[in-house]
Amino acid sequence: MQESETDKAGEDSRREFLSLVTTAFGAAGVATALWPFINSMNPAQDVLAASTTDVDLDPIAAGQSITVLWRGKPVFVRHRTPAEVAAARAVPAAELRDPVSDEARATKPEWIVLVGVCTHLGCVPLGQRPGDSRGDFGGWFCPCHGSHYDTSGRIRRGPAPANLAVPHYSFRDSNVLRIG
Amino acid sequence: MKVKSNGGNRPRIVEWIDARLPVFTYLQREYGEFPMPRNVNYLWSLGAIASVFFAILMVTGIFLAMHYTAHKDLAFDSVERIMRDVNWGWLLRYMHMNGASFFFAAVYIHLLRGLYYGSYKAPRELLWIFGVVLLLCMMASAFLGYVLPWGQMSYWAATVITNLFSAIPLVGDMLVSWILGGYSVDNPTLTRFYALHYLMAFVIAAVIGLHVIALHIVRSNNPLGIEPKSADETVPFHPYLTAKDGFAIVVALIAFSLFTFFAPNMLGETVNYVPANPLQTPPHIVPEWYFWPFYAILRAVPNLWIIDAKLGGVIAMGASILVLFFVPWLDTSPVRSARFRPIYRGFFWVLIAAIVALGWAGSRPPEGAALWVAKAATLYYFAHFLVVLPLLGRREKTLPLPASISAAIKSGAA
Repeated sequence: MQESETDKAGEDSRREFLSLVTTAFGAAGVATALWPFINSMNPAQDVLAASTTDVDLDPIAAGQSITVLWRGKPVFVRHRTPAEVAAARAVPAAELRDPVSDEARATKPEWIVLVGVCTHLGCVPLGQRPGDSRGDFGGWFCPCHGSHYDTSGRIRRGPAPANLAVPHYSFRDSNVLRIG
Repeated sequence: MKVKSNGGNRPRIVEWIDARLPVFTYLQREYGEFPMPRNVNYLWSLGAIASVFFAILMVTGIFLAMHYTAHKDLAFDSVERIMRDVNWGWLLRYMHMNGASFFFAAVYIHLLRGLYYGSYKAPRELLWIFGVVLLLCMMASAFLGYVLPWGQMSYWAATVITNLFSAIPLVGDMLVSWILGGYSVDNPTLTRFYALHYLMAFVIAAVIGLHVIALHIVRSNNPLGIEPKSADETVPFHPYLTAKDGFAIVVALIAFSLFTFFAPNMLGETVNYVPANPLQTPPHIVPEWYFWPFYAILRAVPNLWIIDAKLGGVIAMGASILVLFFVPWLDTSPVRSARFRPIYRGFFWVLIAAIVALGWAGSRPPEGAALWVAKAATLYYFAHFLVVLPLLGRREKTLPLPASISAAIKSGAA
């Protein structure tokens, strides 16, 4: 009598174990099968491959800016005047919301290269064209929600949480900039 | 097909079908005899009106899809071709555009009706929750659809809204490039938004089905907020409510026609007739009117402690809808209808004022008065649900409830 009850209990726990393992196996299989679908939505290989843009710097006079397209995003290239460089370097980095020194952002002081996408909600800030508002710090101004950036593209006022991003770039010659 | 309540006299073909799949019995039970409280007012027609606008969106959307091209170089022109060259294309598109506005308008009134008369209280909590799920699905679908014409506001709405996800710590940027299929809003974004917009129509249809099934289990609330006690306090859905809803639908369609035929672009943003330009943000990014209150909440949150304004805004905007899920439990009052809750009634109208103020602020640039109005109204919006509803339910001295719907009608109170 007692023995058969133990057998029955053993049978039940064996059954429970088997259904648990089967369910877990099935769930893991479904989860694995989902991955190709999820990953198909990530950037495709052709999107990943279109990664560098070259810019001829010769025609850009001091004080001028140009906008180029890199990975579908605008990139700001500004030839800064000595006054703009001085303004950017005079600020103690520690006082900023996103504290980075201008020296760390611009390898050549006269050239600042920035991804022209406001770090708040992705608008393109103004300040590239001669008539544009450059905000209260002489850099860029985002009209969407009122973020002010300085001449180093650092956030100084407004809702944006971070500085304008500096893309990876290098100078191929003295006059050619490669972004990416 | 004419269906008689007397089952024995039904045509043989009806009997044949009904014995195999009882659709006629079902229709007769749920839309013929279905008992409705006899005191429901016209606010109880908004569900039917919303269903009609959803049907308009489905039908016009399917036909628009036959002419639309989901490619970043062709989308804008294909929409212009619909407007100029496709036979009646302008009508299909204007009905779809304005149909979305009217669908939202009907659903917002429907939702506020529920808040006023306490329609979310037991046993209708799940019915209410399906309603909030529907609202979320509608908002997703409206956003996805708005991107498809690939105008300036389409492009920048897509940019701003997808960037909201970058506020999520750690995985935010990965998530954004997954949603976009790239590093910026581009062709992969457009094609997937098109597929998902089409999908959402059927998701919404399914959730409407659940909403209606749940309604037919717990049945309609009424302006008194007390359950019908006997058969003479209800009327059969047909012909009483079919006639009443039918009249309300005609009135709504007249208003819809006024917009569609005489002011088709009044509710839209003209800048969306400029093709998308990734290098230039429009000076003032603003969503369609039905998103203004939520857009105001998004921008009203300042930097708070360790949460920056961006993450805070995203959390607040999400919470402004999520809080609705919990209303059946946040409202602790045993009395449903605001008719018998004099203080709640006052707070309800303050909530309406706050939502209207948020709407106004959401349509303006976030500076000066608009920003302060948005901040104050956002505070009230959350206080209403999180503070007023729980406390008021315990403290408020409610008016005496009538003994029954019939008694209220006899005394002239209904």
